[in-house]
Amino acid sequence: MDQVAFYTLLHGAWTTAWISAVAIAGGVPLGLALALLREANIPIIGRIIVLYVSLGRATPLVTLVLFIFVGAPVLGIPLDRYTAAIITLLLNTAAFNAEVWRAAIRSFPHEQIEAARAAGMTRALIFRRIMLPQIWITSLPGLVNEMTFLIKASPAIAVIGIVDLTRVTNRISAVTYEPLPPILFAAALYMIVIGILVRLQRLLDARAQRLAM
Amino acid sequence: MTKWDILWNHREMILEGFKNTLILFIVSAVAAFLLSSLIVLTIRTGRGPFGRVIRIVVDGMRMLPFLIYAYILYYGLPSLGIRFDAWTAGFIALITYHAAYFAEILRGTWATLSTGQAEAARAHGFTTFKMYRRIILPQLVLRAAPVLGNQLIICLKDTAFLSIITVRELTAAASAVQSQYFIPFEAFIVAIGLYWVTSMSIEALVARVGFVAESKGLGYKRDTVRR
Repeated sequence: MDQVAFYTLLHGAWTTAWISAVAIAGGVPLGLALALLREANIPIIGRIIVLYVSLGRATPLVTLVLFIFVGAPVLGIPLDRYTAAIITLLLNTAAFNAEVWRAAIRSFPHEQIEAARAAGMTRALIFRRIMLPQIWITSLPGLVNEMTFLIKASPAIAVIGIVDLTRVTNRISAVTYEPLPPILFAAALYMIVIGILVRLQRLLDARAQRLAM
Repeated sequence: MTKWDILWNHREMILEGFKNTLILFIVSAVAAFLLSSLIVLTIRTGRGPFGRVIRIVVDGMRMLPFLIYAYILYYGLPSLGIRFDAWTAGFIALITYHAAYFAEILRGTWATLSTGQAEAARAHGFTTFKMYRRIILPQLVLRAAPVLGNQLIICLKDTAFLSIITVRELTAAASAVQSQYFIPFEAFIVAIGLYWVTSMSIEALVARVGFVAESKGLGYKRDTVRR
């Protein structure tokens, strides 16, 4: 592998990184919104969210990204491939994040909410000041765990022609006729990033355990 | 003729893909489970560096995206003179990759079993392998059923990656139908529906196993949500 190949690889890594980052930045709050809506016990909306989460769990990203990228223009919504990729990853990760958030909301001690109400706090204020800081700490390890899954599933976006860290290896080997070095290099990069996130998850988990007392 | 009619007329293409997806999934899941149960036994009982080496391989595998692993096998290994067709590479990738995940789940569950059982079994003259097969493994499977179920669904979804290395499974079939007749919406909706039905069946099966586990007094361990 020469220097050009090396920079091409890093460019692919950058594509994977920023698309995943945007999807995570959108998917975490969307997951929280879905979890809150589901816990609000609104009749039909609750059902729809259950269906959404179930479908999100079952649909392979390769299939979903093709569906969104090729299907959306048919419905009159033109999408470029990057938008399609971000929407796919975001919709998918939000479904899993919703379950993580929901578990934290469900295990939140009700006494605290009662105490806050008795002190005259409004629902929005209770959520913002009392619940969110605490469920954030309990959810964070699960959310980071979900991030590792998102990154491991992200090569699916290669199927619509995005040159991410996985597909870039094809590009390089088309020139060098040596596919193994770039693939192994890309694999090592994935392992470093995921390894760091796994470590981070353990640390956050330890912190959550400690603060839960 | 509506687009749904077009799709219906070419249903055998989709069904052929679905059949291939099911074959890939079922064969790989069974083989991965068998392999993982051997891996776990080796990790727990293997002496010397062998168990540790396997542990490192398992941990490494779990940090790798499935597609890049399939790339190594399908595109990478031929330059070392090892050549597989797409199906063989797909099977090897699915089996070994998911065996690593299953192994980690079983290993973690084993730590929750009481050691008294193993001692009692040994006192009754069980060999290590027989004890594992008759006493430990069934309990591991019952206890870890929900987590194993999640992993099975991930395994099902990973079969879709194989369309990228030219295996003609469900996603590849839907893709072929949509590009020939330009019915992307219908073709992929049906594909997603079929994946969904399959994963619902897996969940129903897992729920049944969980029910058995509970009736036998084995803990129904809910882990964090995983793909």
